[in-house]
Amino acid sequence: MSSGVKQNRLHKWLIGGPPLAYLVVFFAIPVMIMVLASFRSPGEFGGLAPLINEESGHRQLDLTGESYGRFFSDFLYTELFFKSFAYAAVTTVACLVIAYPLSMLIARSPKKHRDLLVLLVILPFWSNFLIRVYAWMIILSPQSVFVTALNQVVGWFGMEPLTLLYTPFAVIVGLVYVHLPFMVLPLYANLEKHDPALLDAAQDLGANAWRRFWRVTFPLSLPGIYAGAALVFIPALGIFAIPDILGGTEGIMIGNVIKQQFLDTRDWPFGSVLSMVLTVMAVLLAGLAAWVARRSRE
Amino acid sequence: MNRRLRWLWIPAILAYAFLYAPLVIVVVYSFNDSRLNAQWVGFTFSWYQKLFHNDKMLQAAWNSLLIGITASAVSTVLGTMAGYAMYRFRMRLLPLLVLAPIAVPEILMGVSLLIFFVLLNISLGMISIILAHIAFCIGFVAIVVRSRLAGMDESLTEAARDLGATPWKAFRLVTLPLIMPGVVAGALMAFTLSIDDFVITFFTAGVGSTTLPLQIYTMVKIAVTPEVNAISTLLMMLTLALIMVASRLAPGSLRAQ
Repeated sequence: MSSGVKQNRLHKWLIGGPPLAYLVVFFAIPVMIMVLASFRSPGEFGGLAPLINEESGHRQLDLTGESYGRFFSDFLYTELFFKSFAYAAVTTVACLVIAYPLSMLIARSPKKHRDLLVLLVILPFWSNFLIRVYAWMIILSPQSVFVTALNQVVGWFGMEPLTLLYTPFAVIVGLVYVHLPFMVLPLYANLEKHDPALLDAAQDLGANAWRRFWRVTFPLSLPGIYAGAALVFIPALGIFAIPDILGGTEGIMIGNVIKQQFLDTRDWPFGSVLSMVLTVMAVLLAGLAAWVARRSRE
Repeated sequence: MNRRLRWLWIPAILAYAFLYAPLVIVVVYSFNDSRLNAQWVGFTFSWYQKLFHNDKMLQAAWNSLLIGITASAVSTVLGTMAGYAMYRFRMRLLPLLVLAPIAVPEILMGVSLLIFFVLLNISLGMISIILAHIAFCIGFVAIVVRSRLAGMDESLTEAARDLGATPWKAFRLVTLPLIMPGVVAGALMAFTLSIDDFVITFFTAGVGSTTLPLQIYTMVKIAVTPEVNAISTLLMMLTLALIMVASRLAPGSLRAQ
């Protein structure tokens, strides 16, 4: 018996050990180094201050809260976080508005059509992320067919022509486009499970379509909405390629500043602080979403 | 029931149009005989011809392919092991480490690996990209394999063991063939994720290791030419082909994702 347990143990580490070791080395340790980096000073030529003093040869691990102090005292960065939150929130609401009728239609279609309709939602999502963002660059550019037609209409009302590309609006459109499937899938998964008899019962009791929706379908779909909102909001918060390509100088988000700190300004400790704050917020939000989901299930 | 559905068609069709119009536009403009992505001038293949003579683009495609194949091969092996270990044994740290890279913001992984590689004096290039891609692909493979194992009939492996097969033999001859669709689906997923990745690659790439997404990014940032449309169209075709292969090899795996 005890040799069997020992053998089991051996198998456990033979099979589980290599992937565990890999993820420790290439995920856990880098993240821990970054936590450490957020408490250090930048080096003379950017990056991090060297761990070994070049003159004395002594090791130095001088930790400082300087970068955190700078983050919390400079309103510019807190404001940027608020702005990113606002973008992610608007994106989540827009995704919900677009996804809800779509998910409802799929959930109430005949069974044989449902898989195809879901596949049609996921399919664009499998083309390269940058291509999908780039496509909006074409559509929103001033010389595009869409924008020239729109501005013609705007002109009839005697208004100034609109600029769409390189604005916060363009960023939101890109964010919504990229994250829409993440809202549709959990919503559909939820709506599909609703018992149609409930709607029939509500109808028999005299509820009109509007009431049936707000009193039956919508409350039952809340867990799906929470899941979708978490899947859209959290990734949207940390994105940097979409504002980088569609947003111009006006539409930057927190991810752009992190990128800037690491690659242009090369202030790694401050960049680490920004990434830490972003990650802590994302993890807290994910925890909150999980908690809300569990409560609504009970 | 169907009466309730009718009005839903309008917003749903608009939503599908919203999903597909941008991609259709990219494909259409890739055949447009004009440098501007505006008016339709005439049909041409010239952007594709230009593409095949663009050394930078070809090099980037080759890099992407090499990284994708290596990273997906290694992460499939490690991810299958992780999925199996999570299913069979009581592991405390592994499930957390498998899920964390998927849950944290991508940019965190990108910048923390950048710091890590620079501090360890690992020069940024193909190797650092591959190491980074393996790290984020393992989790996806592990999840797919684990869910496949959960749907497996446990008694088959037990029967093999009762008949005298060693654990390794039982795994190789019974368990592995049964979970193979999951492993293949995981491998294809890892390959697609690796080919598609922009953020983590962006931070871990160096000179001479430009991948296709990085090349597209540079082109989009500097000057948009219809060559971008052409490479995008080709990439879409490739993805579509991969999906078709995946659904042929592992029916049902697409739904699981």
